[in-house]
Amino acid sequence: MERPSWAPADIDLDRPSAARVYDYYLGGSHNFAVDREMAEQAIALWPNLPLIMQANRAFLRRAVRYCVDQGIRQFLDIGSGIPTVGNVHEVAQEADPRCRVLYVDFDPVAVAHSRAILAGNERADIVHADLRKPEDIVGSPQFGRLIEPQRPMAVLMVAVLHFIDDADDPVRLVARYRDLLAPGSYLVLSHATQDGQPDKVEDHQKLYARTRTPMHMRSRAEVGALFTGFELVDPGIVYLPQWRPESSDDVDEHPERYTGYAAVGRKP
Amino acid sequence: MSRPAKGIPEPRRRHLGLAAAAGSDTARGTRHGDGRDAFALAWADAVVGTSYVSMSRTEVEEHLRGLTDRLAEALFTEPFTADAARQVGAAMVGAHFTGTETLNRTIALVADELPLRLGLDRSTPWRLSALQGALAAGYAEALRQRTLDEQEAISQAVFVARDQAEQALRVSEARFRAVFAEAAIGMGIADMDGNILDANASLLDMFGYSLEELTRRNVRDFMHAEDAASVWRLYDELVSGQRDHFRVEKRFERSDGEVIWTHLTASLIRDDEGRPTYQVAMIEDVTDRHLLQDRLRYQALHDPLTGLPNRALFLERLAEAFDSAAEEDRIGLCYLDLDGFKVINDSLGHDVGDQLLVAVGQRLDACVSAPGRLVARIGGDEFIILMERSSSTRDVVAIADHVLAALEAPIRVREHELSISASIGLVERSIVGTTPADVMRDADITLYWAKADGKAKWALFDPERNAREVARFTLSTTMPAAIERGEFYLDYQPLVRLCDGQVVGAEALVRWHHPEFGLLAPDRFIGLAEETGQIVPLGRWVLRQACHQARLWQDRFGSRAPFISVNLAVRQSRDPGLVADVAKILADTGVEATRLQLELTESAIMGTADEPLDALRALSAMGVRIAIDDFGTGYSNLAYLRHLPVHELKIAGSFVEGLRASASDGSHVVDARIVGTLVSLAHALGLGVTAEGVETADQARRLDDIGCDSGQGWYYARPGPPERIDHILSDVR
Repeated sequence: MERPSWAPADIDLDRPSAARVYDYYLGGSHNFAVDREMAEQAIALWPNLPLIMQANRAFLRRAVRYCVDQGIRQFLDIGSGIPTVGNVHEVAQEADPRCRVLYVDFDPVAVAHSRAILAGNERADIVHADLRKPEDIVGSPQFGRLIEPQRPMAVLMVAVLHFIDDADDPVRLVARYRDLLAPGSYLVLSHATQDGQPDKVEDHQKLYARTRTPMHMRSRAEVGALFTGFELVDPGIVYLPQWRPESSDDVDEHPERYTGYAAVGRKP
Repeated sequence: MSRPAKGIPEPRRRHLGLAAAAGSDTARGTRHGDGRDAFALAWADAVVGTSYVSMSRTEVEEHLRGLTDRLAEALFTEPFTADAARQVGAAMVGAHFTGTETLNRTIALVADELPLRLGLDRSTPWRLSALQGALAAGYAEALRQRTLDEQEAISQAVFVARDQAEQALRVSEARFRAVFAEAAIGMGIADMDGNILDANASLLDMFGYSLEELTRRNVRDFMHAEDAASVWRLYDELVSGQRDHFRVEKRFERSDGEVIWTHLTASLIRDDEGRPTYQVAMIEDVTDRHLLQDRLRYQALHDPLTGLPNRALFLERLAEAFDSAAEEDRIGLCYLDLDGFKVINDSLGHDVGDQLLVAVGQRLDACVSAPGRLVARIGGDEFIILMERSSSTRDVVAIADHVLAALEAPIRVREHELSISASIGLVERSIVGTTPADVMRDADITLYWAKADGKAKWALFDPERNAREVARFTLSTTMPAAIERGEFYLDYQPLVRLCDGQVVGAEALVRWHHPEFGLLAPDRFIGLAEETGQIVPLGRWVLRQACHQARLWQDRFGSRAPFISVNLAVRQSRDPGLVADVAKILADTGVEATRLQLELTESAIMGTADEPLDALRALSAMGVRIAIDDFGTGYSNLAYLRHLPVHELKIAGSFVEGLRASASDGSHVVDARIVGTLVSLAHALGLGVTAEGVETADQARRLDDIGCDSGQGWYYARPGPPERIDHILSDVR
């Protein structure tokens, strides 16, 4: 096996992993004490966090279903994390078993687990790659096997770009993916924001500084810039629960508590 | 029990009602459908947000509606069993209702709402407790199982990931190991103290050591005596962390003592904190290339014919001798050129010539070569011997004698017995104050002297002779520019009529105010100018200058103005342009031809071909006076004199000198007679006579007594600026 130059030579279980912390927020047990400790600290700081994560996960589910409804049958889920309840392939293939899903993550444990989960699923696979290197993803055999780039696909960047530093120019990075997409493709994106809850952001970012993936919150305008070259579908960029809720009850009176923006764009 | 404050929204109720109507077909279900719907809605309200489930709100309600049915069945089935509740608990976990609060609220709801919604008889509360217990147990069991499964899964994933990472690392390390082990270039690793830790096969092969032998050694053990000093300075900088790599050419000694030439690249390896940790050497064996270079270099530095060092090597060694010399060291050169080689080459052929050179080279090599002595062929038939650290001039003289003797024996080339000789220029001196270029040039000059002095001998460099020649050379090369720069000027000496002391003429005398050598009299440069031909332009300049002055006098003094007398060198007199030049200058300056006198030496006039005489006749015909300078010192054909276009004789000062002495030895009497005779002769031929070198009044009086016409000398005036003549003429008036 080829070890990508950026991948750690060792699996460091002394450091929390964003993927496993996320799993914990969602009630999973794919995590270790170090992950849970960090998650609990975050929750103590920000009791809404589990709700936010659930809202994010619910957005993912709604967005995937939306894409399936729009005729999309191939999904590229970048930063997929630990497979847990409501994975993209489950949601998509429940809607149409022909849907093909390629996951991408660079947490080696998440990748190993995904590979185990996906064993036997002909239409889903995972690539161990860094999202900052689209060429590694597109050049992978899994991509060649599952994805037809000339046809529209949905690229999911759900709760992942806030792990990309400004130095890595996320706008340009998304544009590189955009340029690979056939017209009619979708970008599904959620992103942590300091808008609405500025007071807690700093401590939260400090917590994530412990992981391999420090966090960078972005404003609505910054999130909007990520959709350059896409047409936002209704309702545009909104707080997580506000994106096409399945019932009005799903949206409470303070959606800004869900400190994350969600949006879906279509490449014309 | 009351519903949650916000109540159940209408659309959901309708939706659930439809679903319930379509999905429930049991009698009891139909009968109690509304109650079960209400319970499921309350349940959904209670647990929403407590767990993440991958369902929409509607789906959650539908899911819980199904579970409500199963709870109801458990509650009403006879005989009672709580097993179904256990499955409901497990199903909740299956749907990922895994939050602890989910169970709490579910249990509470079952107690508070289920009996009410399902119309449960209050008489059987134990059934409800059993149901709650079973639900909780089923839930706990499933959650425990799920937790264990997930922990197992994530641990397995860690194991796999770690295994893959390690495997990747092993592969990566194996690949680097392979690169290291199998590289054609020699590689070695040492710690910062220079202890060799590892080396690859190429390096072991190159050095001829086993790894065990090599790892017992230190990098510094590989210092080679002939390493450039910079190599180990760079190494010190490397191990002290000042430098991250360097690249040098370096010799190493193999285990068998053989020396190999290498290109060495040494690099510093730093740890994560930037501290120097290891040093890595990459060593490429370039011995073959070096040998080839040596051979090419040998070819570049040796004469292919004789095999002797060539000029390039000689110059290199000469430079080295200077570079490495101590202050008291001396150096000697014998610059040797075969006499008459060209004749042999031309008459017997180049092949014989070449063979002769080979033989000469061998003889020189045999009788000269020794440590500190180098024989080189530096071109054609020229050889040079370098003597480093000679002790005195005697050394080079001895070598030169030795060489000349060695070449005395005839050299046999094929059927020819060739007798040859050589001329040798010798330079031997202290190294201080000289340069390789100096000694080469001086040896070359000295060889020229030896040739000029007669062949088959040596000449030793003579700095004074050289200085003279250098000065002459300098003068001759700078003369043309000096004319243009106005470094020449004219002094004038009056020519005085003896009978009345009247200034009748002035001789123009050229001077050179040389910027380096100062004021130069004509004897310093006229001869040189004659040799180089510069005399023609110089003479033309003098003539023009003098005529210009004559014109000034002509304008100022009219008929009293002195004529101008200008010396004409031999070469000038033979210059075909002479007549035209004179005519043009006279015309340009407006001087009457009769006011110009040209002075020539006897030798210039006598015994020459006709052409100069024709020129003199032409000048004479123009009205120009011709004087014979220094008359009496040459071998004038007196009989011939009458046929020459001459107007004046200038008697040499040596005769006039005799007239000055008091008559103790009587010599003056002889001189007086000679002068008298000359004057008589001149007058007989119709020539005027001027006496040169008149220094005393007595001389002047005697000359006048003898009948001499004019006098010139310090008695009247030394040569000086034209103003002095002006002054004299003005005074007289």
